[in-house]
Amino acid sequence: MRAFIPNYQLTTPASLAEALTLLESEPGVWKPFAGGTDLMVLLEAGRLAHRNYINIWGLNELRGIEATDTHVTLGALTTYTEVQTNPILRREFPMLCQAASETGGLAIQNRGTLGGNIVNASPAADSPPALLAYDAEIELVSNRGSRWLPYQGFHTGYKQMHIDPDELLARIRLPRNTAGLTHYYRKVGTRKAQAISKVCFAAVGKTGQGKLMETRIVVGSVAPIVVRCVQTEAALRGQRPDEETIAAACASLVREISPIDDIRSTAKYRLQVAKNLLADFLATLRT
Amino acid sequence: MSPIGKAFPRKEGRKKVTGKALYVDDLSFPGMLHGVTVRSPSPRGRITKISFEGDIPWDEFTVVTAKDIPGANYVALILNDQPYLAADFVNHPEEPILLLAHRDKYLLEEARRNVRIEIEEQPAIFNLEDSLARKEIIWGEDNVFKKYLVDKGNVDEVWANADFIVEGEYETGAQEQLYIENNGAIAIANADKGVTVWGSMQCPYYVHKALVKLFDLPEEKIRIIQTETGGGFGGKEEYPSLIAGHAALLAWKSGKPVKMIYDRAEDMVATTKRHPSRTRHKTAVTKDGKLLAVEIDFVIDGGAYCTLSPVVLSRGTIHSAGPYVCPNVRIHSRAVATNVPPHGAFRGFGAPQSIFALERHMDKVARTVGLTPEEFRRRNFIHEGETTATSQVIRERVDMDQLLTRALQLSNYHEKRERFARENAESNGRFRKKRGVGFATFMHGAGFTGSGEVYLQSVVSAEATVEGVVRILAASTEIGQGTNTIFSQIASEALGLDVDLIEIVQPDTAHVPNSGPTVASRTSMVVGKLVESAVTGLKQTLIGSSLLPHEYGQSEFKRACAEYIARFGSLKTSSTYQPPPNVHWDDEKYQGDAYGAYAWAVYVAEVSFDELTYAAHVEDFVALQEVGRVLNPVLAAGQIEGGVAQAIGFTLFENVVWKDGRMANNQMTNYIIPTPVDIPPIRVYFEENPYAYGPGGAKGIGELPMDGAAPAILNALENATGVSFNEIPLLPETLMVKLL
Ligand SMILES: Cc1cc2nc3c(=O)[nH]c(=O)nc-3n(C[C@H](O)[C@H](O)[C@H](O)COP(=O)(O)OP(=O)(O)OC[C@H]3O[C@@H](n4cnc5c(N)ncnc54)[C@H](O)[C@@H]3O)c2cc1C
Repeated sequence: MRAFIPNYQLTTPASLAEALTLLESEPGVWKPFAGGTDLMVLLEAGRLAHRNYINIWGLNELRGIEATDTHVTLGALTTYTEVQTNPILRREFPMLCQAASETGGLAIQNRGTLGGNIVNASPAADSPPALLAYDAEIELVSNRGSRWLPYQGFHTGYKQMHIDPDELLARIRLPRNTAGLTHYYRKVGTRKAQAISKVCFAAVGKTGQGKLMETRIVVGSVAPIVVRCVQTEAALRGQRPDEETIAAACASLVREISPIDDIRSTAKYRLQVAKNLLADFLATLRT
Repeated sequence: MSPIGKAFPRKEGRKKVTGKALYVDDLSFPGMLHGVTVRSPSPRGRITKISFEGDIPWDEFTVVTAKDIPGANYVALILNDQPYLAADFVNHPEEPILLLAHRDKYLLEEARRNVRIEIEEQPAIFNLEDSLARKEIIWGEDNVFKKYLVDKGNVDEVWANADFIVEGEYETGAQEQLYIENNGAIAIANADKGVTVWGSMQCPYYVHKALVKLFDLPEEKIRIIQTETGGGFGGKEEYPSLIAGHAALLAWKSGKPVKMIYDRAEDMVATTKRHPSRTRHKTAVTKDGKLLAVEIDFVIDGGAYCTLSPVVLSRGTIHSAGPYVCPNVRIHSRAVATNVPPHGAFRGFGAPQSIFALERHMDKVARTVGLTPEEFRRRNFIHEGETTATSQVIRERVDMDQLLTRALQLSNYHEKRERFARENAESNGRFRKKRGVGFATFMHGAGFTGSGEVYLQSVVSAEATVEGVVRILAASTEIGQGTNTIFSQIASEALGLDVDLIEIVQPDTAHVPNSGPTVASRTSMVVGKLVESAVTGLKQTLIGSSLLPHEYGQSEFKRACAEYIARFGSLKTSSTYQPPPNVHWDDEKYQGDAYGAYAWAVYVAEVSFDELTYAAHVEDFVALQEVGRVLNPVLAAGQIEGGVAQAIGFTLFENVVWKDGRMANNQMTNYIIPTPVDIPPIRVYFEENPYAYGPGGAKGIGELPMDGAAPAILNALENATGVSFNEIPLLPETLMVKLL
């Protein structure tokens, strides 16, 4: 343990209201600590810059998966294990379940949360591509009230996002409009399990009379944020998924992402594999 | 019923799974301090200033620098060139400069961050090519720690008339041992009582030898105790001498017990790794595929100090020509210096590097000559009575042909070769998985090289108690591989007693004789033989004193021990290493009997290559080996499975990312070792051919499984893709570049 522990504080509020009051009373001083699976790694390495945390793990207001006719709503503290075992998610949002099943190992899946995955804001996180492809919305709460916003656009740059210091991410909502979609999710990590993504690709698509009616294409680990490839989607609309279309889509994709060389992979590899995955996804829509 | 060949459970297994086994970090002493090392921020240069900054109560800390060393400031090993603490010049990043101790380990980390070391940098070199090119002279006169020349026949006379000359170049990378338990030690040291160290280690007497010099104390004033050790793989062969010395220096100065435990990040960034290598082959063959001449240039990167590089180089050199006969062989090898932390022992010890090159090259030669990899090897395998590269006459029965036939059958090699060729040619316009199979044939010598075992003069003692329990005293360590269990089985066999009546004494230099280091696949074969003769000595003493009949049962043995001890005070015998007859080695010419015995093996890999992600995956693996007699089938299979898994890591995953001589990916998140789903079923088969001079007929097996997987996998990848790859680790990023 490299951190100087006396420098750190962790406080456990009794309720969501108490947590929000604490966040409001000293803006920027307190940050949430959910499963701690991202935070503890930094603490161990002596690289956790922020020092005061609110333990939100016990706040039942932020738990649970609920379904209405139009939406499935997940508490920010929903764990990967809970995601994988929910029958509605398995049926209607298989990519989110697959992402959950490929995140870390069992211990991480029992402890890591969707809210933490979103706010930790790693471009290599594995759930955001699925959430973006499903048009997720998120709810931010504070003592000032609650606001819903589309998840798309929430992240604005590397570790930058539209959340105020007094706000908590409370819920994530998925519209139940996936009937008839083809789902394609592929995490390309540094190995088959317990890996950080080098490229993570999530897409849904629908064809009618051999033409692409709708696609939603999201790629992770290829830019400072997870990228929803809207231009590529636009270029595909109404096209047949033939070789020519695929080549054009790949060319468009290249303009939407900006992968880099790092300790895990190369820009060249990420770019090429992202194109391959797009091509493979479109090929599945051919028949 | 003989205990040899039976799957006895691990002697210390119950203690380990119930958490009762005590590792060094589980121990604590009254008043104990914690210690840390402050390391060099630069790869090479002069230390100009050390400042103690920040809001730290510095007067509470014990601070040790090179000036505080009571004896010699070097780690006594081969060339004694590595300092315990750099005094004024550093030669690699993370080189130890200063030691700190304090009661509070959190404050200690805060203090470590606040020591500022300033270095006037000098040009450094980070790879073996630059070292060979003498881009900068950083060690001695020519950057060369050691070189060898093995010369058999005369290769120069062959080139002009050969039908084919095939050349190739092959490279392997560094690899981290990644034992489960990091390096650690606790020391108590004072002028009065001397120095005692508890630690995680493979070789207590190496640490002993080093600390005698460091403290300039008589041998009996240094005591080294091995605690339960969570793996080593070579990574705890020479390195513990350093951390034990550091803990002892802090203990000496503070007058208090000091514990030093590395965390994973420090263990990875600062301790030894497998030597990176480059091998060049030039081979002359006849048109019908007979080897005429083999010339090999083998170079390893030793890092900043010599440490064990000469010995690693030696094993790599001797194994570089493999299980083949060739009348003319010249091997030229060098270990060179670079400004990276010293590379060190790692399972296989140079052999996996040179065997990788050879077994890739053999496939290339076969292709050039127009023979299958199988047929080409069959035409050149060594047989009983023929000579190796060092002109060692093989005196044991060896049948590589039969091993190859069996391994290819077990793996369905021929059927797969044919089927994959057909399937790989089919296309449906989508990304495919292409498949291939390949193999490697190789041998691994057990025990120290050449006259090493004779110089070591290893000793094992056995002692009986009044309860009829036989205690084995040896410095050979249990590090997870099964020493305790194997020694018990051997002693049990020799005495005709239950294994439960055999006790293995914790290695402690105050109580156990020096049975040599736990390395080089020597513990079962060499030290096990000493266990066998030591306990046989006990039995003969009892029989000779007429207290025990020739045929006896357990209760008679117990009675005899009690009686003997009542009469004579104690019952203890020792046995010292005797080389097998007719073993000769010439250290000057590097000719003769390099090893007492070899294990022989054929490994077959099936791989798939994913066109979508460029990832290679090993789908199936057959490991067939002849290792003499198998002493314990579960432990033996465990060694092979673990070794193959580690070798798959070496081949396809484990990439040390270097940045100016420092490992940049020193976390398990980014240094990728395979998980269970990244490795195939490893199908292990043994062929048994008892070795006359091994206990129960056993030969060494610990390192063997590290040798064959890399070339087998790359041979299979060539079969799958039609492209030849000659460097490992071979990551998807490299595969992509070569295949696009
Ligand atoms: C061994 C290991 C393997 C892993 N594997 C993967 C993987 O395969 N894929 C992957 O994507 N991730 C992986 N992770 C990362 C991590 O587990 C996930 O990002 C996880 O979802 C984080 O959730 P948490 O609750 O533990 O977050 P925490 O560590 O508690 O918090 C992370 C960040 O989010 C903030 N935060 C948390 N909850 C809220 C909230 N409700 N409102 C506002 N801010 C909040 C915290 O302040 C902090 O900044 C792995 C981690 C480890 C240690």
